[in-house]
Amino acid sequence: MTLLLFLAQTIRIAVPYLFAAAGGALAERAGIVSLSLEGYMLGGAFGAAIGAYYGESAWIGVMAGVAVGFVLAGMHAVGTIRFKADQIVTGIAINLFAVGITRFLLQLAFDSSSNSPRVVGFGADNVGGALALASNPLVWVGVVVMPALAFVVYRTTFGLRVRAVGEHPDAAASVGVPVNRVRYAAVLGSGMLAALGGAYLALDQHQFTDSMTAGRGFIALAAVIFGRWDPARAGLACLLFAGAETLQIRLQAAQLVPSQFVAMIPYVLTIVAVAGVVGRSVPPSALGRTSE
Amino acid sequence: MKASGAAPEGAHGATPGAGGASSPVPAVRMTGVDKRFGAVQANRGAAISVASGEIHALVGENGAGKSTLMKVLSGMLVPDAGTIAVGGRDVTGWTTAQAIAAGVGMVHQHFMLIPTLTVAENVVLGREPASVGTFDRARALHDVDELSKQSGLIVPADRLVADLSVGEAQRVEILKTLYRGARILLLDEPTAVLSPPEVTELWGVLRRVRDAGTTIILITHKLDEVMAVTEQITVMRQGMTVARMATRETTPEGIAHAMVGREVDLAVRGARVRSEEEARDEGGEEGVRGEERGALSVQNLVVRGARVERAVNDVSFTVRAGEILGIAGVEGNGQTELLEAIAGLRRATSGEIVLGGKVVTNESVRARGDAGLSHIPEDRHQRGLVLEYSVADNLILGQQHRFSSRGAMDRHAVASNGATQIAAFDIRPTDPALAVRTLSGGNQQKVVIARELSRDFIALLAAQPTRGVDVGAIEFIHDALRKARDAGKAILLVSAELREVLSLSDRIAVMYGGRIVAMMPRAEASEEILGPYMTGARKSTAA
Amino acid sequence: MSGHTGAFAEPTPVPDATARAMRRRAALEEALLPPLVALAVILVAGDLLILAYGEAPGAVWRLLAEGTWGNAYGIGQVLYKATTLTCTGLAVAFALRAGLFNIGAEGQLAAGGFGAALAGLALPAGTPSLVAIVICVGAAALCGGAVGAVPGVLRARFGAHEVIVTIMMNFIVLALLNYVVAAKLHVPETLHTPTIRAGAVPRLASSIEAFHGSAASWTIVIVAAAVIGVAWYLFRTRAGFELRAVGLQPAAAEYGGVNVPRAWRNALMLSGAIAGLGGVNYVLGYKGYYEDGFAGGAGFLGIAVALVGRNHPLGVVIAALFFATLSQGGLAINAMVPKQMVDVLQGIVILAVAAAVPEVRRLVRQAARR
Repeated sequence: MTLLLFLAQTIRIAVPYLFAAAGGALAERAGIVSLSLEGYMLGGAFGAAIGAYYGESAWIGVMAGVAVGFVLAGMHAVGTIRFKADQIVTGIAINLFAVGITRFLLQLAFDSSSNSPRVVGFGADNVGGALALASNPLVWVGVVVMPALAFVVYRTTFGLRVRAVGEHPDAAASVGVPVNRVRYAAVLGSGMLAALGGAYLALDQHQFTDSMTAGRGFIALAAVIFGRWDPARAGLACLLFAGAETLQIRLQAAQLVPSQFVAMIPYVLTIVAVAGVVGRSVPPSALGRTSE
Repeated sequence: MKASGAAPEGAHGATPGAGGASSPVPAVRMTGVDKRFGAVQANRGAAISVASGEIHALVGENGAGKSTLMKVLSGMLVPDAGTIAVGGRDVTGWTTAQAIAAGVGMVHQHFMLIPTLTVAENVVLGREPASVGTFDRARALHDVDELSKQSGLIVPADRLVADLSVGEAQRVEILKTLYRGARILLLDEPTAVLSPPEVTELWGVLRRVRDAGTTIILITHKLDEVMAVTEQITVMRQGMTVARMATRETTPEGIAHAMVGREVDLAVRGARVRSEEEARDEGGEEGVRGEERGALSVQNLVVRGARVERAVNDVSFTVRAGEILGIAGVEGNGQTELLEAIAGLRRATSGEIVLGGKVVTNESVRARGDAGLSHIPEDRHQRGLVLEYSVADNLILGQQHRFSSRGAMDRHAVASNGATQIAAFDIRPTDPALAVRTLSGGNQQKVVIARELSRDFIALLAAQPTRGVDVGAIEFIHDALRKARDAGKAILLVSAELREVLSLSDRIAVMYGGRIVAMMPRAEASEEILGPYMTGARKSTAA
Repeated sequence: MSGHTGAFAEPTPVPDATARAMRRRAALEEALLPPLVALAVILVAGDLLILAYGEAPGAVWRLLAEGTWGNAYGIGQVLYKATTLTCTGLAVAFALRAGLFNIGAEGQLAAGGFGAALAGLALPAGTPSLVAIVICVGAAALCGGAVGAVPGVLRARFGAHEVIVTIMMNFIVLALLNYVVAAKLHVPETLHTPTIRAGAVPRLASSIEAFHGSAASWTIVIVAAAVIGVAWYLFRTRAGFELRAVGLQPAAAEYGGVNVPRAWRNALMLSGAIAGLGGVNYVLGYKGYYEDGFAGGAGFLGIAVALVGRNHPLGVVIAALFFATLSQGGLAINAMVPKQMVDVLQGIVILAVAAAVPEVRRLVRQAARR
């Protein structure tokens, strides 16, 4: 039973990571750096809260959240692809913008600088634990998102093209692959996926709070890198990071390890991975370069 | 620049059907093509007409505008002016996708392959067999296998491109165009990276493809290739198409004349400038001095390459003071790795490098410079110059520790050194504060040469010293190298231009497969003698 | 031996007058373009946000100007914020000159502040002020530099990408500092350390009465010295010559005898030290203690500062003042429009400068050619 609870809690924590990491893996495989996952998630969370509040439906919330992710990713895509702006700078700008605009609109809509009113979520409120989890359709989507992404990346024409433009865009262009269109699609897809993660958070907590994503987008990015830009591995990394967090929460009372040290695990593992101490993480070779 | 501004010969080049034999409608007809990149006019009024089913050579020196013209044809570049017709249809300004759809395929000088994908995936990319968006891997494999068998281009369809040899990679490139139903095949300097047997094989493939009805345009600056496989020739010079001729009615000299636009051509490119006696005399004389001085020597050197364990495989030689030792060989046989190892840019796996009596095998680049090593690197854009830096700053690159005291740069010394070198080497424009990026290729190379020849050195490594520079600068650079030799410097010359090696060297070594396979005095060498060594057909133990 | 003793008489170079003029124009264009783009975007986007909130743009902008540069207190606050931003912006710009993207200024800034506080706590109360300040400032640079050294060494030794490592280091450092402060050093009921015993830098207000109440302190002088020092290092020293060469063309630098990995390591270490210096402003000059979360995004904003400042020390100072004005201005207008408006504007400005500057430059050149 405790194992089941442990698993349930791990999945509950992992779902936003899985969505955002799927988005990150998709965009980065196409050669666009994804420092903006955090911003997409925050935007998705805000959109979901607004949608659920005014639409009085969790599904409308989900759609609104995804729409916000689409818009934010569109800004990133236009900046980096159309205008060839630096991808890292643009990504960070998106994050700052997302923090600012959600605060501003929170003030505008609810006259509060910290949180939205309570909104509807998925499932019945009175059932707790694993049952609530199972009644949330986003959880089910989250669990299959990485296998689905793996299929897209490795088994579809679109995926083949994504891998091609991320490795050698000139070569892809020379055989008529519309490099920019593939990249737009990948980035927009990544924004919508990451926003789903944010929407899950807001609907799970039944409200939006200021900066509620709290660095989850970067943990997802860490999972992508630690998973060597491979959907399956990135998914496992998400579960690993979430598992460590669950363990920490479970053991909190025992005070064995300070929570801060558990929080560091994803970041330390990622550094170890890129430093190549155990099996080097090598990014797609055109990552970060929006070439002619 | 208007199309009419082109030289009159340009118009002559446009005359269709000079070859005459084939169909009246040429497969390709381009007229008055202008293309400008910033300050560089790459094409001016260029014109070419290629009959269906022929192998047509597009020749010219580096920078003559050949690749640009073909990129315009393949839709990668949009021309500023001019018309393009394929099979009689006006296609001016079309896109890559449209060009591919119309059967124009280009094999680029730098491979356009994705190393992390398989051969089959590379071939079908952009035209993938699929059902409802799902990539049909099995069919891709099958199709590529079929095509491979049909065309005689044998490739392992399911292997990653990263694991292929250069020759195999090129076959994949050609397969890619055939897979797209190419009727017109453009090849940009296809032999630059191939070994001689691979080159022979390539000619076989091209003839077979041509016989199957494909029109082929071969971009090259190697005249032996032109003579070997082509039927018609269009010559480019300074962005213009200046001559059009049938291969069997002309000679290498005739083509070379058209390429550089003056009679002195072969003398400049240096079939031989110094007489054999001269070379022998000086060689002997310096030989004695060299024994005493031992300027630069390499013993049993082994160097690891990017792909091969022993890119340089047990190489030994000595360059004496007052001698130019030329290394001939097809590019990619370990010359780059050898020079980088001597310069300190690449670690030697084993062996020894001795400079002026001092072992420098494990020294830093700077220590080697201080010990008397000068180096004209192969790639001036990547290595030899910091393009954003000023001419004056580039003229001290590598010697910055001599132009500074207690950590601070001595700006006056840098400026006066700049002014001195600019005057001495006739670098233009003369402004030392100008970013080196804004200089022409020839003047950029002069900056490198000025810097490397003006420092205090015992031995000079000169890698492709005249690559991509105009004829005037070539003469200047050759003279400068000879003067340095006459002043008692030891020079190790590596050049892909066999004629350059023959014209400058006192002794000639041939590198093949990472080894020195021949070593002989200049007097005993000729293209005919060196050829078999370069192709690996002959090996001597004389090295 | 080499070029110093040329056999030639020194000919004076003939400066091509038009080339000089063109170069000067290009340099000016390069320097002015980003701030102008930023300003234009702020005015347009700001108007829209203000209108969305139902206020009159003119009145809001006036309020913003008055609350920042309109009185001594406002100026002091702008200077205070600009001081920190100058350090983080300079840190990012310095690393970028070596071709490296330091996204870790946030953590380095925090580490620097923590180092200054630790030194200030460790020193005996009677330490002469100047000595204490030097030690505390040194400790700040040292701690920031130590954080910067991690990506530096990993890049030099293993080729680990500095963007990834510096991002991850932010979270690690902030978590670590949070643990140390929360578990070992805090004043009960707070998340800050006790007040330092030595090393406090006097406020500007202590000498100039008009600045009363503002957080600005004489750390401005320390940071100004750092700006001049960095400019000198980059453009006048051999190490700077080599560092910029590494940033522009690592292969050419290597050919020119530069130990490229070592240059990378040093650049990230020094970049971290510069960011760490920024912590002095808060800890020594303002509060007198280290407080968890004091960096508050100034490290990330440093990226914007470096971008708008075109990686030039002087440009960085101007850009820091620009962003500081915006940030202080947010507080000034809060009565009319929520101060979060400036957060939005910051994001938009960075996006616009990153995206529009190359585009505008291209258009300007195109127009010039016709």
